[in-house]
Amino acid sequence: MIRIEARPQPSAVMAYATPVLAVVLTMIFGGILFAVLGKDPLQAIATIFWEPIFGEFAFFYRPQLLIKGAPLVLIAIGLALGFRAGIWNIGAEGQYIAGAICGAGAGLAFFPTESVLIFPFMVLAGALGGWAWAMIPAVLKVKFGTNEILVSLMLVYVAEQLLASMSLGLLKNPEGFGFPGSRNLQQYPSAHNAEIISGTGMHWGVVAALIAVIFAYVLLTRHRLGFAIRVTGEAPRAAKFGGVNPGRLVLFCLGMSGLLAGLAGMFEVAGPSGQISIDFNVGYGFTAIIVAFLGRLNPLGIVAAGLLMALTYIGGDIAQSQLGLPAAAIQVFQGMLLFFLLALDVLTNYRVRFGAAEVL
Amino acid sequence: MKLTTLLASAAMVLGLAGGAIAQDKTKVGFVYVGPVGDGGWTYEHDQGRKAVEAEFGDQVETVFVENVAEGPDSERVMTQMALDGADLIFTTSFGYMDPTNNVAAKFPDVKFEHATGYKRLHSNVSTYSARFYEGRAIQGHIAGNMTESNIIGYIGSFPIPEVIRGINSAYIHAKKVNPDVEFKIIWVYTWFDPAKEADAAKTLIDQGADVVLQHTDSTAPQAAAQEAGGVVTFGQASDMGQYAPFPRVSSIIDDWAPYYIARTRAVMDGTWESKDTWDGIGAGMVGIGEISDAVPANVKEEALALKAALADGSYHAFTGPLNKQDGSPFLADGETADDGTLAGMNFYVEGIEGEIPQ
Repeated sequence: MIRIEARPQPSAVMAYATPVLAVVLTMIFGGILFAVLGKDPLQAIATIFWEPIFGEFAFFYRPQLLIKGAPLVLIAIGLALGFRAGIWNIGAEGQYIAGAICGAGAGLAFFPTESVLIFPFMVLAGALGGWAWAMIPAVLKVKFGTNEILVSLMLVYVAEQLLASMSLGLLKNPEGFGFPGSRNLQQYPSAHNAEIISGTGMHWGVVAALIAVIFAYVLLTRHRLGFAIRVTGEAPRAAKFGGVNPGRLVLFCLGMSGLLAGLAGMFEVAGPSGQISIDFNVGYGFTAIIVAFLGRLNPLGIVAAGLLMALTYIGGDIAQSQLGLPAAAIQVFQGMLLFFLLALDVLTNYRVRFGAAEVL
Repeated sequence: MKLTTLLASAAMVLGLAGGAIAQDKTKVGFVYVGPVGDGGWTYEHDQGRKAVEAEFGDQVETVFVENVAEGPDSERVMTQMALDGADLIFTTSFGYMDPTNNVAAKFPDVKFEHATGYKRLHSNVSTYSARFYEGRAIQGHIAGNMTESNIIGYIGSFPIPEVIRGINSAYIHAKKVNPDVEFKIIWVYTWFDPAKEADAAKTLIDQGADVVLQHTDSTAPQAAAQEAGGVVTFGQASDMGQYAPFPRVSSIIDDWAPYYIARTRAVMDGTWESKDTWDGIGAGMVGIGEISDAVPANVKEEALALKAALADGSYHAFTGPLNKQDGSPFLADGETADDGTLAGMNFYVEGIEGEIPQ
């Protein structure tokens, strides 16, 4: 008989070593997978991890890391706040969409007026949109005790329908010959979230992500509210005795993660993506869950994890094109990363016992 | 400006290097929105890629990336292909339109071909699409003859001109042979989602449809029709021949091979130039899958005659007299629709019930 039992004192070293170990294991088993597919495993892994940062065209890929990583980090930071307190927002993808729609809508409402006030207004609208979308599961949970995992997840699909409706109706480009999709905000200077320094990939979303990281770090380590979040997650009863208002904490955590996801959507639609279209969302809200856990729910860890995920996407596409690896193999490779991380987490916190249970 | 300068210089270096390489190999890139195994849209584009390889052998090298999300990801993948020395890049989804033009601006020596779009902002961008509505006319003709309940179900993907054009064309030709025919349309808001497509097909069959047309790419509606029994379907994007001879009685096949071969040859010859191509049955871009024996012989004969007329241009699928849904005139007797109207078609023709969702 095999049982697992909790370790009385999980190793502190292991808690930080597991992400690194998970990456190493992913490389090994991913390499085996690539070898089975008939590709040189070393070359494949080098293409994924080395080529974007140090390869011939690194000058192009390095800024892309920021562009791909920023929304992941921004969303994951918000999610981590909730996850720390045991509040599970799985619907960041929906809040990301809501933020993008509100942000783009706020900008397009003024087209073609040019003003420096438009972009800040869009940022505000995007943040509010994401926040409001997240407040639906938050209020339902506080008022009626609904499960925020289900409600926030279901609202993703509602948001996707809303996105399709906006692309085909209200926000459709009037000069688009009837095709779906909004005007391209890249061609509307007042609303364009352009690179701050050209060629660096550094747009306002990257700046916002960095600010969010610092903010979350200070909140969690120095602020009373951060303490309340951590205590609620680690010892809910103690938190209650300590005077933490659980309802208020739910509203804060879900609201904050919605706000950050909304901002991510807004910066994306105004910058790299450019337009509201039916397929605008590409799964950042879900990938950010992996990033949050890979980063140990720690703001600094999330930055590293976000960049790592971005790297596997960019490197994965290069490997597809240069080596002919199928997209599915790259996805399996990314999936392995989370799998090994979770498996190692289990082994860090529990130990496996073989044989019959001891008689007490 | 730094990136642009860098990219431009990189492109120049590649252009020079490419000049040397191009003597032996032309590199052709393909960007796909779905997986190559989707059995529909992307599958057929990949067949086109393989046809290019088969045609030119060692003279070409093809590369592709599948499952590329529209937006910044596609822009990155295109840039990467251009940096890696591609001479010609086919981008095969409508949502790649702006990214294609953005990347084309940075790589003036690389030729870009964007499927189903209309923006050619630079002299190195071409657009191409197929007149699928010609195939829909033939489907409508067969469907109108085959239905006994007089209810034809239609699984729509997105309410965009491409899809609406198909619905109108099918309806016009079904109505011609069967004045009592009625269309029931379900929008599934996806191009490829077997579960949603199956649900839509079942709902339509429950509502009495005994013919189900689909503008989505999976075979799920075929399977649903087979299970229900007595329901006619048509293959979409690819032949879906595994469901022949019944329920699948015919199909519309996207055949990109002739176009891809012609454009690759143009790049090799140095005769490539920016243009818009919209080919139909005549040029072989739209194929009609074999009409099975489940279709009565006389109907099959008429359908083939219709195909021949569409192919040689003696008949246009949108020929007046036709009114719009609201009763206002669309085409006078004998008048045919111009390409501009067809490209932006956002209305139903008279007789179709329901509204186009917004």
